[in-house]
Amino acid sequence: MKYTGNVIKYGDNVDTDVIIPARYLNTSDHAELASHCMEDIDKSFVNRVKQGDIMVAGENFGCGSSREHAPIAIKASGISLVIAGSFARIFYRNAINIGLAIVECPAAAKEISEGDKVEADLDNGIIRDLTTGREYKTAPFPEFVQKIIENGGLMQSIVNGVF
Amino acid sequence: MAMTMTQKILAAHSGKESVSAGELILADLDLVLGNDITSPVAIKEFRKLGKNSVFDKNKVTMVMDHFAPNKDIKAAEQCKMCRDFCNENDVTHFYDVGEMGIEHALLPEKGLVTAGNVVIGADSHTCTYGALGAFSTGVGSTDMACGMATGKAWFKVPSAIKFNLTGCLRRYVSGKDVILHIIGKIGVDGALYRSMEFTGEGLSSLTMADRLCIANMAIEAGAKNGIFEVDDITLNYIREHGGEEPVIYKADPDAEYDEVIEIDLSAIEPTVAFPHLPENARTFSEIGDVKIDQVVIGSCTNGRLEDLIAAAEIMKGHKCAKNVRVIVIPATQQIYLDAMEMGLIRTFIECGAVVSTPTCGPCLGGYMGILAAGERAVATTNRNFVGRMGHPESEVYLASPATAAASAVTGRITSPWEVMGV
Repeated sequence: MKYTGNVIKYGDNVDTDVIIPARYLNTSDHAELASHCMEDIDKSFVNRVKQGDIMVAGENFGCGSSREHAPIAIKASGISLVIAGSFARIFYRNAINIGLAIVECPAAAKEISEGDKVEADLDNGIIRDLTTGREYKTAPFPEFVQKIIENGGLMQSIVNGVF
Repeated sequence: MAMTMTQKILAAHSGKESVSAGELILADLDLVLGNDITSPVAIKEFRKLGKNSVFDKNKVTMVMDHFAPNKDIKAAEQCKMCRDFCNENDVTHFYDVGEMGIEHALLPEKGLVTAGNVVIGADSHTCTYGALGAFSTGVGSTDMACGMATGKAWFKVPSAIKFNLTGCLRRYVSGKDVILHIIGKIGVDGALYRSMEFTGEGLSSLTMADRLCIANMAIEAGAKNGIFEVDDITLNYIREHGGEEPVIYKADPDAEYDEVIEIDLSAIEPTVAFPHLPENARTFSEIGDVKIDQVVIGSCTNGRLEDLIAAAEIMKGHKCAKNVRVIVIPATQQIYLDAMEMGLIRTFIECGAVVSTPTCGPCLGGYMGILAAGERAVATTNRNFVGRMGHPESEVYLASPATAAASAVTGRITSPWEVMGV
């Protein structure tokens, strides 16, 4: 899969409470969740995010609550890919399960800046910062995880008889 | 191949003689849990499969605890969706208002988890049941849906950090201080993707309430699970609560650990995690005069009877400080009843605290104790992230029930040692 978009950048330990505050968890409507995405740390996010934008963040992205509403809100806001130094494990599973593209790449997470234009080719494990001209290599997903992604998420994998 | 406790449980549940760290497996589940926030998303996913029923009506449980008793119309709709689903599927262990408690206090109390089980829950604090010698871990709603449908979940077998506990806790120091100390030491991603295995001669001095609290916050260090070696204290607890026959998995003596961390329990002091991460742990020599507006004693971390006893001992005969709102939330109906019979509820009310029906409410800024901008709370809960208990400019300080109680009385963050003259 290939993704191209402008970067919106955050720091380390972005938790799922700030991705989507619990006061909005009385709904599971995707558009409604997206309308409050990131608001406790970045009120401007919902207004400036554009379809296809790429979110870049530091270590331990998505830590805290297991709420799947968090990757849902990010995906529904238009973000096409999240690049982070590392992901908290429940968020990592949830993103794969619902089909939000994510990739771990500490060097890219560190060097890419807010507003840069980035192109990511996950099949070949390459991230290019088109603004700075720098290129980064990423590790491929384990085959098992790749299968879930190829089948369009966990539920579809079950329907397709992968398990 | 030598294995850790967690690896042995996962091997046994995936039909393998042994597993090693990094291996991907499909494991059989003994219990699948959801609450009123995560289950509706799971139910929607489940329906996409076109299945008529859950894999085993006795192995799926839903607990209406986060926004229940219903805080608003939308919360009511979510609980209704769970209720209807559980009725349709004849789910045995559906806990609604009247029977429900905070899920991670309720399930062990009801004997629904035993040693050697594999449990997933669409709630990050599902790792609590590691205190019972089970592998249990938090997942999202789609994993929950898949678990409800198939009775299976995929896992990457984790490596582990071993915590070797020695010594014995000092007076007014509890499991909460231990886990805040540990997270302060290793950081909020210090155990990322890994197991935290607790063992050593110090275990014998830790009550089940201490262990449940420690395992509960393993997720705050990024861990996949926290797990305690099973001993007589565990077995007695499981027996008393009518749990199924325990299966004990002991780590092999030559099991490989990423790291072994020595914890001397007798050296641990009352500890507080400052905003906005649980790793910002400080002891009282590093805490100045921090005025507070609210105290919350409760949650899946610290809403157990032992926690209420510890708080009441300190609050008895005192009054809550002026302008400090103190909210006490027994985690289950049984705990509420026991606390009432022991006179603890009277102590709290006479002190000037309010006592609520079980709910997760304030811990996640849901309802019942939301903070205004600039306000500070000392809470026995598990997270102090930005906006966790209300306004994004409010602050949460995580502490033990004893420290929270001492702070309620003085109106500033206070060590129980100060109030009790230790």
